Amino acid sequence: MHSLRGRTAIVGAADTAVGKVPDLSPTELCVDAALRALADAGINKDEVDGLVTCQSMAEPHMYHAETIAEYLQIFPRYCVTANAGGGTTFSTIRNAAAAINAGVCETVLISMADSLRSGLTRAQAMAMQSSTGHPQFEIPYGPTVPAYYALIARAHMDRYGTTPEQMAAVAVNGRNYASQRTGAQMTESITVEDVLQSRMIADPLHLLDCSLVSDGGAAVVLTSASKAKEFRTRPVYVLGMGEGHSHEHISQAKDLCTSAAVQSGRDAYEMAGLTPAEIDLAQIYDCFTPVVLIELEDLGFCDKGEGGAFVESGATALGGQLPMNTNGGLLSYCHPGHPGSMFALTESVYQLRGESGQRQVDTAQTALAHAQGGIMSSHATLILGLEETL
Amino acid sequence: MNRHEGKFLPTSQPGTKPYWEGCKRQELLLQECGQCGAQQFYPRSICTGCSSSSLDWVRASGRGTVLSWTIVRHPVSEAYADDIPYVIALIELQEGPTMMSQIIDCDPESVHSGMQVQVSFQDWTDEVSMPVFRVRSDNNN
Repeated sequence: MHSLRGRTAIVGAADTAVGKVPDLSPTELCVDAALRALADAGINKDEVDGLVTCQSMAEPHMYHAETIAEYLQIFPRYCVTANAGGGTTFSTIRNAAAAINAGVCETVLISMADSLRSGLTRAQAMAMQSSTGHPQFEIPYGPTVPAYYALIARAHMDRYGTTPEQMAAVAVNGRNYASQRTGAQMTESITVEDVLQSRMIADPLHLLDCSLVSDGGAAVVLTSASKAKEFRTRPVYVLGMGEGHSHEHISQAKDLCTSAAVQSGRDAYEMAGLTPAEIDLAQIYDCFTPVVLIELEDLGFCDKGEGGAFVESGATALGGQLPMNTNGGLLSYCHPGHPGSMFALTESVYQLRGESGQRQVDTAQTALAHAQGGIMSSHATLILGLEETL
Repeated sequence: MNRHEGKFLPTSQPGTKPYWEGCKRQELLLQECGQCGAQQFYPRSICTGCSSSSLDWVRASGRGTVLSWTIVRHPVSEAYADDIPYVIALIELQEGPTMMSQIIDCDPESVHSGMQVQVSFQDWTDEVSMPVFRVRSDNNN
């Protein structure tokens, strides 16, 4: 396989306002994110020849990316609407990097946004998200999205002795960072006890084990390594990428405690030529707290079954061995659905560029971002680094 | 009013029709490959092992073991509100395949992984019978 290591770089990154943003439609949020990222990169929209978006649940367009291109009046030669749930973002980066490397296009704008909070009723948001289940063999029984993930949490507790306190520690970790992130949806500090005392949604998951329902968008500009130095920003190079797909429906998973993050991580580390110990910080997909524990294990940051103890030890806090979810993640920063991982990507860029203020990880040169879509189904891992790591 | 009114009903496809017809007869059906002998669930037009399309419907014992479970406290829609709290479980059938279902007529708090369960059928409409599970009386764990 042809290595894409260091062949592309992110030269622009931006978030819109997140949380509750009722004054902008999903389309407007997507355009807002796009323009902010272009401004960050210091380029005009005419310098973009590729566009990637993801479908919006609150304002679907049959041809989403084309609609956004028309709205912005840009005329790309590469135009894609991605749709792989939470894994969408990083999967998209890989496809765009491959397209750039193949000479299909040179500078790709990747912009994603949705308004699950303001654009849908609670019931609509719930029904839409639960429709990820199998229409004949799962959905009729009435599982909710938290219920699907609760099955995974329970299996991990049964097999490895993981505790509700350890899962709660993931939520506390995210909140600690979010309190340092201006504009985060949830900033009030919480304790493990607060998580355990919050309403039970689907045993063993409490309300605070579940990610947010948000409005928001984010965008990045990806270009070839050779062109990257022409931009005003410090380039953040794409060092490694991998994907793994094990099932779509959770009742078809071969193993509830080990995911295709093993494969996506292995491919990403191999391309980057790095080991887990050489990663300075990580953004680990946190739609529900137990997911983080399994991903930390599968990505090699700790042994199988040790995810709970790892987070509980403080390893993921600022100053720890692996600062994790440094903007607060989906649990505390925001989670607008498909675009969710875009914020993990932009946060990785801000951290590597040294722009993260109070939550800045000292001398960070490498960052890993991992996302999954479906119900622990489609995994994508991305490793980014500064020029020094090339 | 039917207590299952408004729930998400399965719509059988040509390839899954025999399964849902089996449920109407209170039979839980699996598919067995005529080529390699593997048994599978959910029903498909091909064997997931060898891709053969030579598949036979076989009646499962209906016995299974709880692999994992949760108690849903917040219903997925209004139609499920009367069932709260309800148990969603992954059940490993004695024959091997795993399926999702509900465990009914039990204290939700008493459910645990490894629990032995037996299929049972609930008539949700005149056309649809749903396979659900009950706790077996011979549980020894």
